[in-house]
Amino acid sequence: MQTDRLIESLAARLQPVRRLRSPLLRALLWLAVVGAASLVLIMREAHLTIFMQRIATPRVAVECFATALTAITAVIAAFETSVPGHSPWWALLPLPPLLLWLAASGLGCLANGLGVYGAHGSAGESYSCFAFIAGASLPLAVGLFWMLRRTRPIAPLPVAALGTLGVAATAAFILQFFHPFDVTVIDLALHLAAIALVVLIGTAWRRRLLAAA
Amino acid sequence: MRAAQSGDRVAYERLLREISPLIRALVRRHCSNRADIEEMVQDTLLTVHRVRHTYDPSRPFCPWLAAIAWRRSIDALRRRMRIARYETPEQGVYETFSEATANSDLEAVRSAEELGDLLQLLPARQRQALESLKLKEMTLAEASAASGQSVAALKVNTHRALKALRALMQGRER
Repeated sequence: MQTDRLIESLAARLQPVRRLRSPLLRALLWLAVVGAASLVLIMREAHLTIFMQRIATPRVAVECFATALTAITAVIAAFETSVPGHSPWWALLPLPPLLLWLAASGLGCLANGLGVYGAHGSAGESYSCFAFIAGASLPLAVGLFWMLRRTRPIAPLPVAALGTLGVAATAAFILQFFHPFDVTVIDLALHLAAIALVVLIGTAWRRRLLAAA
Repeated sequence: MRAAQSGDRVAYERLLREISPLIRALVRRHCSNRADIEEMVQDTLLTVHRVRHTYDPSRPFCPWLAAIAWRRSIDALRRRMRIARYETPEQGVYETFSEATANSDLEAVRSAEELGDLLQLLPARQRQALESLKLKEMTLAEASAASGQSVAALKVNTHRALKALRALMQGRER
C-alpha cells in the first residue's frame, strides 16, 4: 500500500525533464573544450623546441601518446559509466593505455640508469611537476564534475575514479610540454603520487561532487 | 517513459505501477524479507524518478531499470551488513517505566515548545528527517520524496538527530 501511495505522490509531482545527450557526445565536448584551451596554453607558454627534441625519442613519443589516450579513454569511460544501463566494462577502457603509459615511463627510468635526480640534478623540478598535476587537475575537475553531476550517477565510485584519472592524465599530458628533462625515478614517483592524490580526493568526496542519486 | 520525460503524469503513474512487479522480482533475487523487498522497491522507484532524465528512448528500457534496481539492492544489502557489523540495538530507547520520574528522557522535555527549541539546535537535514519521520509520521518513501534526501540519508540523519537530541536533553538536565 505504501508503494501505491509513493507512486501517486511521484506522479503528482512529475515535471518535464530535459533528456541528457549521449555520454560519448558529452565526453567529446569536454575533451574538445579542454583540448582547445590546452592548445592555446601550450602554443603561448610551452618549451616547444625542447619538447620536439624529446618527442623524437620513440619511447617518449609512446609515453606522450599513452598519456593522452589514458585521459581520453578515462573521460569517455566516466561519462559512459555514469548512465544506468550502460555496460560496466567501460570502466576497463583506460586500463591498456594506462599500463602502456606506466611501462613507457618505467622504461624511461631504466634508460636513465635509475638515477634519482636525473640530468637536471635536483628534486626541485620534480616537486613542481607534482604541483602542476595537482593544481591543473583542479580546474579541469571542476568542469568535468559539473557535467557529470547532471547525470546524478547511481554508482558514483567508478565515475569519480575514472573522472579524476581522466583529469590527472590530462594534466600529466599538458605537463609533457613544460617538462624539459626526461623522466626519472623521483619524477615518476611524484607524478604517480599527484595522480593518486587527485583520484583519492575525487573518490572520497564523490557523493557530494557528483550529486549521486 | 518517453511520455513521462515530457511531463505526462498519467503515463508516468501507469509506468510506475507496471514496473513495480518487475522491480520486486529483481530485488527478490537479493533478499527474501518482505519488508526489506518493499523498501528496496520504493528506493528503486525514487531513484527512477530522480534519474529519469538519463533514460535514452533509443535504447531498451529494461537494462536501464534493471541497473537501477540492482544498484539499489546492493546498496541496501551493504547498508544492512554495515549496521549488523557496527551497530547494536539500544533496547533502552524503547523502554518506558510505570514510575513517571524514571522516564527521564521523556520528562526532560515537558512541553512541545521546549522540544521545538531543541529541534532548532539540530542541523537542518537532521531536523528535517526527524520532523518528517517521527513528528509528521511520514513513511520513509514519503519523507524521501518530500525532502529530496535518500532513504539511507534519512535513516542516518534520524539516528544522528535522536542521538543529538538525547545529548541536548541530558545537557539541560544537568
